[in-house]
Amino acid sequence: MHNLVPGIGGPVRTVGAALAGLARRKAVRYGALAIACGAVGALAATWRPAIAPIPVPAPSAFPAAQVARGAELALLGDCAVCHTADGGRPLAGSRPLATPFGTLYSDNLTPDPETGIGHWSAKAFRRAMTEGVSRDGRHLYPALPYEHFTHVGDADLDALYAYLMTRRPVRQVAPPNRLLPPLGFRPLLAGWKLLFLHPGPVPVDPHRSSAWNRGAYLVEGLGHCGGCHTPRNLAGGEDGAHAYAGGVAEGWRAPALDAGNPAAHAWTPDALYTYLHSGISPDHSAAAGPMGPVVESLSQVPEADVRAIATYIAARMAGREVGSGSPRSIDEHGRAASLAPEGATLFAGACAGCHGPGAPMMGQGRPQLGLASSVTDAEPTSAIQAVLRGIEPPVAGRGPRMPPFADSLSDAQVADVLAYVRARYTDRPAWPRLPAAVRDARKESAQP
Amino acid sequence: MTITLSVNGAAHTVDATPDTPLLYVLRDDLGLNGAKYGCGLGQCGACTVQLDGKAVFSCVTPLAAVGDRPVRTVEGLGTIARMSALQQAFHDEQAAQCGYCIAGMIMRAQALLDADPHPDEATIRARMQTNLCRCGTHMRILRAIRRVAGAQGVAQ
Repeated sequence: MHNLVPGIGGPVRTVGAALAGLARRKAVRYGALAIACGAVGALAATWRPAIAPIPVPAPSAFPAAQVARGAELALLGDCAVCHTADGGRPLAGSRPLATPFGTLYSDNLTPDPETGIGHWSAKAFRRAMTEGVSRDGRHLYPALPYEHFTHVGDADLDALYAYLMTRRPVRQVAPPNRLLPPLGFRPLLAGWKLLFLHPGPVPVDPHRSSAWNRGAYLVEGLGHCGGCHTPRNLAGGEDGAHAYAGGVAEGWRAPALDAGNPAAHAWTPDALYTYLHSGISPDHSAAAGPMGPVVESLSQVPEADVRAIATYIAARMAGREVGSGSPRSIDEHGRAASLAPEGATLFAGACAGCHGPGAPMMGQGRPQLGLASSVTDAEPTSAIQAVLRGIEPPVAGRGPRMPPFADSLSDAQVADVLAYVRARYTDRPAWPRLPAAVRDARKESAQP
Repeated sequence: MTITLSVNGAAHTVDATPDTPLLYVLRDDLGLNGAKYGCGLGQCGACTVQLDGKAVFSCVTPLAAVGDRPVRTVEGLGTIARMSALQQAFHDEQAAQCGYCIAGMIMRAQALLDADPHPDEATIRARMQTNLCRCGTHMRILRAIRRVAGAQGVAQ
């Protein structure tokens, strides 16, 4: 791993030498000097020291109970989802993470001394999680959601550390990041952190239940739910004024988890619990897209933690206006077929075998299409992705698998069939500019 | 109603409703029995054919979706006397046990090889994941595909 401290020292020295040269020639204007001094000062303020490397700790140095707790926390934080490449060794990193600013590759979290975190002390690990600074002093990119992890308590951080340091070391170097030009200069991240990193514990609300407070701690901290479900601003920071108003993840919509939640039936804590630990709720739908790995993790953690998350999220959705009345299922084939006749034909041949009334899948108690947030959402994005890419069984190969239709249906046909589904199974207005949205989604999926 | 389809390079006119799955027309109207009815839900891959060069589940592909795009089935690859390279490889590796999944396997693998003549192991496995073999000859199927994928100078 390269140490960036000399890399930061270098530019400081270079700027200093340049200033001295200019002063000798007495050709410098005071304004320019002030700017240069400011730049040097700002650069110095971004500097973080390296934390001394330690000998790789023996796995036996960590109590088994602490390691076991760390394993649960790693699942609650979904560490392995980003830090494992497709088909790669768990936690060894190198997964490409596409962002609007370029592609980042996740770091190796195994205790390999050369390529992983083998030489990291617990203090270095805590700093990385809470301040977003690598052991060697480099600023880390906020693809590591340290604006959430900064809320995690020290005991939990130490348990996570114990878990990671007792994994089998894997020697694997991540490919270099591919970022838009100025962003490769990591000291810039100090400015980002001033705006978006707010350290400190999640406040305890004494008027709420212990489950709610536990949920707040997990959701706002390690769970980093807002990473996808809160919209981001142009700087890539979460828009705190619209927390949980819905965001985008890998081309899918992460639905709003506030009063704007689009589900046909209001989520209850019980329904959320069932969904989060099994991957499907009979009153809603199956986890799809990037939510699949999340529920796969949550299927393996203690029930009390999942129930706490469900309690907190359900409370965040309180006060929603849509669908708060008694549940009723909508099935208006006639109306939909007259609005979207081509869609009706395609639905009969491509979808009805599973989703139509009387289909074997419906007989198993699977939710009707109108209950899915992707179908009731104001944006068609997730519904389009589900048709194009299909759905993988979210939890350990169990649960629904929907085949992808990207190669059998054209853009216009996907738009037709979704216009029909929206009209048949919901009372919400037709999605505007559906064909263009399908084109955009397909372009996005085609990118590596 | 009358619908015209392009299958294996020839135009065919059939009498069917546009919501009819392509698989039914291939088997019942055109007598092309290579593609099989397995689950009827796009879950097993036995019905896989090529639509415009891409592997699709013909059981969940209605005629309305096909339009004028060309369809290719296993019957369009080769004959018993003159097998295609991939069919020959399946034969040489004895990749079929009961054979029910094989036409779908071959059509999906051929679509991959047409787009990428030398796919690596990870690509082959990822692409073939959607097609199931209940006899358990997946390892032979993979060997057959590797034979063709590596045939031109790539290590086998």
